[in-house]
Amino acid sequence: MNKSYGTHVALKDFDLSVDQGLIFGLLGPNGAGKTTFIRIVNQIIDQDSGEILIKGQPLKMRHVRNIGYLPEERGLYKTMKVKEQLLYFARIKGLSKQDAIERISNWLEKLNLIQWKDNKIQDLSKGMAQKVQFIATVIHQPDLLILDEPFSGFDPVNAEIIKNEILELKRKGTTIILSTHRMESVELLCDHIAMINKSRKILDGPVKTIKNQAKTNQFRVKMTVEDQTNVPPWGDVVAGEGHVEFTISLNGQQPNALLANLMQYGEILGFEEIVPSIEEIFIQKINESDEG
Amino acid sequence: MKGKIFLVIKREYLARVKKRSFLLATIITPLIFPTILGLFLWIAMSDVSPESRKFIEVVDENNAYFLENNESFTFSYGGLNREEARELVNDGDRFGFLYIPELNLDQPTGITFYSEEIAPISMITSLEAALKNKIEEFRLFASGIDPDVLSSLKTNIKISAVILGEPGGERVSNSVVNYAVGFLAGILIYTFIFVYGNQIMQGVIEEKSSRIIEILVSSLKPFQLMMGKIIGIGAVGLTQFLIWILLISAISSLVVGYFGMKMPQQELMEMSGQQDLLPGAGQEGMVEILQMVQGIDFIQLTLTFLIYFVGGYLLYGAFFAAIGAAVDSPSDAQQFMFPVTIPLLIAYMGLFIFVLDDPNSNVSFWLSIIPFTSPVAMMGRVSFGVPWEQLAISIGLLVAGFLFTTWLAGKIYRIGILVHGSKVGYKVLWKWLKDNS
Repeated sequence: MNKSYGTHVALKDFDLSVDQGLIFGLLGPNGAGKTTFIRIVNQIIDQDSGEILIKGQPLKMRHVRNIGYLPEERGLYKTMKVKEQLLYFARIKGLSKQDAIERISNWLEKLNLIQWKDNKIQDLSKGMAQKVQFIATVIHQPDLLILDEPFSGFDPVNAEIIKNEILELKRKGTTIILSTHRMESVELLCDHIAMINKSRKILDGPVKTIKNQAKTNQFRVKMTVEDQTNVPPWGDVVAGEGHVEFTISLNGQQPNALLANLMQYGEILGFEEIVPSIEEIFIQKINESDEG
Repeated sequence: MKGKIFLVIKREYLARVKKRSFLLATIITPLIFPTILGLFLWIAMSDVSPESRKFIEVVDENNAYFLENNESFTFSYGGLNREEARELVNDGDRFGFLYIPELNLDQPTGITFYSEEIAPISMITSLEAALKNKIEEFRLFASGIDPDVLSSLKTNIKISAVILGEPGGERVSNSVVNYAVGFLAGILIYTFIFVYGNQIMQGVIEEKSSRIIEILVSSLKPFQLMMGKIIGIGAVGLTQFLIWILLISAISSLVVGYFGMKMPQQELMEMSGQQDLLPGAGQEGMVEILQMVQGIDFIQLTLTFLIYFVGGYLLYGAFFAAIGAAVDSPSDAQQFMFPVTIPLLIAYMGLFIFVLDDPNSNVSFWLSIIPFTSPVAMMGRVSFGVPWEQLAISIGLLVAGFLFTTWLAGKIYRIGILVHGSKVGYKVLWKWLKDNS
């Protein structure tokens, strides 16, 4: 699809395929076009060209009702009480009153908000309000969940709680699109990622494949050396207390062959392949595409 | 989907009615009217009490002009000269003294009032009137008319205006009471449209700027959201209005009742019990006012008020919603307020300049027919009596008017509510209107 605002191109020849039941990470710097894509999927705005298919059918308003959307800029009625607010959103999304009340109290219990149920949103901390927003997003048990920066505003403890809830929803079969620039959460959560930069997709694939492709075939070795004069001749050696650490390249060998070779010099304490983090891949790819 | 509009209406309604500020405004506002009424009555009563009467020394060189004491003045004739009178005034024993030189009845000049404080114009005027009467009497007497004949000629006259209707159904009318009713009803509608229109706008801006709208649009059409908000807030206004009517009438009757008992016209109050709508001569004051108030068809008035209140509110409410959707913050809304404020102001000014002055003039007619001004202008006419076919045309046009503005506003709202950060001017609004996708 394509989308531009006046002269500004927000999405250029953009295409994406999200597998059912997986967590799909949408990465990209600010202003790359992530939110534009999400808003198009939610039918908040229209694309200029292109189409969206859900399970093979063109996206319609009735599909959107099965989407749970957590916008990046959180919105709640500040002067409404937590319980009333959630009830309103749940009812708007089509739940019966009874169902809604039951699910709301379950969720409030789960996220430790039950004692705040009669407080107004404006009296809650930012993190608590975020939790309320999260409940509002998932209360109608959507098939597709779109979370725009779900961890912003959370302390590590609460971020962990939300992360576990997201994984729990995945186990129950929810497809989740996660838009974020918090890379550590991507690595832990996502099965598949796509990167957007300057309105174009620059990378798309399963997390494992992407990480494999980014491998540099280098290993970090930690070992004791029996004879200090006979040190393996590779890499920058850092001497520790009774051991040394260095990085070594495979140079076409199999890892086992390299390991056997190293064992001649002493006892191996650690042997670990160096795989760049998603964050490193991200920065590298962005720089590449900016230069290209 | 209809159920969802109802959910929106319910939320908008309860969110406002449950607020403490709603309770305060609802209770305090109706207290203001009776308080002011009570205050006026209290001041009026204490004004005629003897303490506030002005003592005035009369220095009359003719020894003939004996003015009668009344509610406002007590005159004393001490036969003093001007210097002695001046001393009395200086000592504070008299408010002032009136000096009447030897008068030539054909050309009475040189009458002077001396006082320490500036004498109110109303006081000078009533002194002038009293003296004028005396001088005229002297002149008539001088031209040979018997004083007995003179006093028998004096009479008080009062015209009661009656609107012709079914035999026996004549109503006592008075343009002052009609004026007051039309004035109040017109102002009320004008104020309501502004106050509640603003609430619509604030509410829309809140939903837009907090992105609540982005969560809601997946489950609701923007138009449903807009209508839900307009209707919900309108219901708040109606609720407030109904509570006010109850409170005002309860408290006002208490206040009037309390002061009524203490007023000198007490006996007149008692006479108001009689049902004869055509007053005989001599019935004045309270009775007449009460009869004129009874003469107003309150059921018709309330009904038309409700129709124009709801119609006018819907007509302008849609505009306020569209403005809220087009801007990012209340301060940006100013630039679009113009097209809303101008017709309302025309209606407001028209109410005072044309409608209340002459409810049946051409201008009044058109102001009460055109939907943008009719809610305010027609209320100014209703208490004077409006032909039903004019009412029908006016109400019909008002309904068509708010359907049109709602349709128009819906187009702006639908797009505006999701647009952020871009500068929106009239050009952009026009583009949104033409956009039919």
